[in-house]
Amino acid sequence: MTQLLEWPDHSNSRIPYRVFADPEIYRTELDRIFLGATWQYLALVAELPQPGDFKTTFLGETPVIVTRGEDGEVHAMVNRCAHRGNLVCLKERGHTKDGLTCVYHSWRYDLAGNLQSVAFRRGVGGKGGMPDSFQLEEHGLKKLRTDEFAGLVFGTLSPDAPPLAEYLGNQIGSHIGRVFRGKPKILGTTSQILHNNWKLYFENVKDTYHASLLHTFFTTFRVSRLTNPGGVTVADSGAHHFSYTYGGKPIDQAASDAAYAGVQSLRDGVSLRDPRFLDVVDEIGDGITLQILSVFPNFVLQQINNAIAVRLILPKGPDETELQWTYIGFEDDDAAMTERRLQQANLVGPAGYVSMEDGAVGGFVQRAIKGGEAEGEHSIIEMGGFDHASQDTRATEASIRGFWHAYRGMMGL
Amino acid sequence: MELAEVARHIELGDLYTAYAACLDSDALERWPDFFTEDCHYRIASAENYEAGMPLGLIYATSRDMLHDRVSALREANIYEPQRYRHVISGVSIPNEGSTSDGLDASASFIVVRTMQDGAMTVFAAGRYIDRIVKSDGGWKFASKIVVLDSRRIDTLLAIPL
Repeated sequence: MTQLLEWPDHSNSRIPYRVFADPEIYRTELDRIFLGATWQYLALVAELPQPGDFKTTFLGETPVIVTRGEDGEVHAMVNRCAHRGNLVCLKERGHTKDGLTCVYHSWRYDLAGNLQSVAFRRGVGGKGGMPDSFQLEEHGLKKLRTDEFAGLVFGTLSPDAPPLAEYLGNQIGSHIGRVFRGKPKILGTTSQILHNNWKLYFENVKDTYHASLLHTFFTTFRVSRLTNPGGVTVADSGAHHFSYTYGGKPIDQAASDAAYAGVQSLRDGVSLRDPRFLDVVDEIGDGITLQILSVFPNFVLQQINNAIAVRLILPKGPDETELQWTYIGFEDDDAAMTERRLQQANLVGPAGYVSMEDGAVGGFVQRAIKGGEAEGEHSIIEMGGFDHASQDTRATEASIRGFWHAYRGMMGL
Repeated sequence: MELAEVARHIELGDLYTAYAACLDSDALERWPDFFTEDCHYRIASAENYEAGMPLGLIYATSRDMLHDRVSALREANIYEPQRYRHVISGVSIPNEGSTSDGLDASASFIVVRTMQDGAMTVFAAGRYIDRIVKSDGGWKFASKIVVLDSRRIDTLLAIPL
């Protein structure tokens, strides 16, 4: 591998700003990470209930079709006709009764991506047509490996990625499982365009330090503070993480206020006129009121009280990212629980009380590092030390260091 | 068109004009006054709305929740200075929805957002789907569903639509 840049030292606590801006590093990421040995979220199993159902998504920037085949299995293929590279599937989601047909020259594929027919393959009146050497079975859509975990479908183009359950590991897997205890029901979707490199958003997701500082709503209305019991668990590889808060446990409010004294996020005199939207139920029963979980390189599962969503971070260039949200409930939710989830959805998303800042702060960094990246400047990620071991505090940046550990390994940096 | 109908169209035109002026002039504290006490307010994408999905980017079931949204924007949330310019047109009042206590109405809107550095973008376009009732002598929104043509939001949505 060619060395793309000199890392400041042999620690994951210094991140050169160039990795957030350099087009060559970005192109290398698409190749080594997004087309490399990583599992990336494609769909909820619940999105594709019937044979013939399909949706489109991306593996990095590579367009992908996900289907439920006639065989009942989930399949995923690159959305690129084997003939001349046209998009085979133009709609974002739908149902098809007769496979997938490219509009350009009517090449037809089955739901697993196998080429079924080529228009005018034998020509017209004995003239033209494909040579006899052309074999349909040699020209299907490029197939992804797919694997499912707890109702989530992941895919990879790499033969080297270990089985999904092994990739996730037991700790991460069990904390995905604790959220998905029923059959998911989609409550809605949205997306945001972020004017920053994809890694700045992924760092933000892993950053437990900022939550109660940037998101003043949390602190002001005492939804979550660093003084609540909680911590962060980082996979040994560094790649994945989850952070958790026991928001329901009584804390010494006066001591907590004292710890936050002088911090801009603590404002006095703000109270809710109608706090019904914070009517929270401990539906899982383990006291964890807030869990943010990430799977390398671009998947997030969020449980903020009863607001549950999966987020997919799609790179769209060195300084642009699409953040897609799918909000979910479960089939056995009663009307009151569905209403609760909809109310608490006010906390998250593009207009979320505790998330709207995340849509902007990456863009602020992207603007601020201009000039600095060329000068070889770097960020400092030393909260909680230098390694990426799990910690029983959220006043740490351990999971961000974990991300960089995994990233550098894949990128050869 | 009956005279009463003409008058109603003029009144509703004035209502939408005043609504836009309130949001565009940063008079957010007055925004909840356009709604009834037990109102429903929701911002949804057309994709979700047409699929019958109930999610709202902002979802409120009382006027007090709209007040809370405004106080969070003023006291808690952090976002760059920005302003909206609403253009609302095509107010439509299908008679079928009219009852003695209110009427259904819809209107198209487009919102241009201008940032502090002068960058302007078409931030949102879509349709208001409203239930409007007479209350305290004036028209109020008992329900307003803001249906966005696009599911994509540029950066964040702070000021309501």
